[in-house]
Amino acid sequence: MKPLLDLIVGNPLADRAVPQTGVTARLTVFVAAVMAFLAVIALAVSLTTNRVASLWADELAQSATLRLPADPATADALLLSALEVLETTPGISTVRALSQDEQQALLEPWFGPDLPLDALPVPQLIEIVADGEGYDADGLRARLEGQVPGAVLDDHTAWREPLLKAASRVRLIGWTVILLIGATVAAMITLAAQAALAGNVQVISVLRLVGATDTYIARAFVRRFTLRAGAGAIAGSILGVAVLSLMPKGDATGSLLLGVGFEGAEWLWPLFIPTLAAIVAFFATRAAAFRRLREQT
Amino acid sequence: MVALNAKVLRKRPPQTLKPVADLGRRAGECRGSAVIELDNVSYGYAGNALFSQLSLTLAPGSFHFLTGPSGAGKTTLLRLCYADLRAKRGKVRIFGEDAGALNRDAVAMSRRRIGVVHQDCQFLDHLSIAENIALPLTVSDRAHEAAGNLEELLNWVGLAPQAGQLPPELSGGERQRAALARAVIISPDVIIADEPTGNVDWEMSQRILSLLIELNKMGKTILIATHDLTMIRAAKSDVSARILRLKDGQLAQAGAEL
Repeated sequence: MKPLLDLIVGNPLADRAVPQTGVTARLTVFVAAVMAFLAVIALAVSLTTNRVASLWADELAQSATLRLPADPATADALLLSALEVLETTPGISTVRALSQDEQQALLEPWFGPDLPLDALPVPQLIEIVADGEGYDADGLRARLEGQVPGAVLDDHTAWREPLLKAASRVRLIGWTVILLIGATVAAMITLAAQAALAGNVQVISVLRLVGATDTYIARAFVRRFTLRAGAGAIAGSILGVAVLSLMPKGDATGSLLLGVGFEGAEWLWPLFIPTLAAIVAFFATRAAAFRRLREQT
Repeated sequence: MVALNAKVLRKRPPQTLKPVADLGRRAGECRGSAVIELDNVSYGYAGNALFSQLSLTLAPGSFHFLTGPSGAGKTTLLRLCYADLRAKRGKVRIFGEDAGALNRDAVAMSRRRIGVVHQDCQFLDHLSIAENIALPLTVSDRAHEAAGNLEELLNWVGLAPQAGQLPPELSGGERQRAALARAVIISPDVIIADEPTGNVDWEMSQRILSLLIELNKMGKTILIATHDLTMIRAAKSDVSARILRLKDGQLAQAGAEL
């Protein structure tokens, strides 16, 4: 705790030994702020994708649809047979045949509100909700084939797997972006620190002449860049959180575009970004400073 | 200028930084009898030998002048003495330690026992003269000792009125005296001065010389590189100094002709 306190409080006399470089300081703070802002947004997208994909996957995993042949002559008999099969299948908690209005609502986006559903051979849909254990989809298909010819069971496998794969990729991209932002911060801080060290050759020479160790000289630069990166990242993170808090909230169906942001404990994640930025700046400056001091004998 | 209270330069608290073998000893406690010793040292630039197999021993409390023509290697020799350069061949021992084997921290520690006065002084121009003089204490985390010593040192070198000024605002002579005050504030065992009177008039050179002689009388080992023979002649009446001449890569005793 004391080294951390020393880093924050510093030694005013030691700090004064190295002159302030206005442009480098302002640029470091600005770039750290921008990078932190981008990191917050990338983090939010990654977490939101994870959350929405999980929601969708859970819903799709629990539900299935049975589609009956659109034959008006056998429709009622097939519906009864299908309901009997489904209700006696272990692992299915609820079975519900969609009403004509519900089916019309499903078709409305494509055919408009005036579709004469009763005059058209529209297949009857049955919503199936599994219990926690789930059901044997292959066994159910075999029974349906025998007792409800032409019925098609859609357990959403074809939808769920690509969705989960896509969500996983988006998460990966999100974390990759955050890593790249971290690497960019490290590279930027290294360049800024090297520029500051190169601009203070005479100062370093005098400090060495009077007995300053490399650690003493490096400390002034390391502390300065760590605090600048931390301060910039705090500003950028606050801005990022503010922007996200202004985003429209997602609905219960988990619309991705409407739901970008944090929920619950996720709001703590942005707190880590300034800390990480400061840690990255600390090690990047330290490495740059010691390398430069070794070169400048 | 006023006389310097010897206590200012004599008190030396224990080394507070990383202990390095032998560097914490007083001048008289080092291995052998020399505070700095060059043993068959060779050095050159870009393949051209500046001097070779050169030997020099600085005994504790001794006073040496190093003379020679420009380009003879006086500054190089001084830099070898405070481990700013490493000998190509031969050995440099600083307080009994092989300078070639010292790590970077150990070199920094040894610098705290060697006060260096450069011809061009080398200050931090953004700090006041008082802060510059206190710099050796600041970098040693002993800034708290500066308060009393600094005031006395500023009076000693006659710079109390200029304490708050920046180095570029001072004259050449004032800068030289400030550099001398900075060199002695940490109470070093050895003071190495490179042309300390190079940029000042005769009167000022005498004042600086008298300060160095005063330090020598307090027990400090002094090594001055200079081509100012007048100053050497003036010093002979006040101090028992060895006069060395560096010429054509060889170091020889001089003095009789002076």
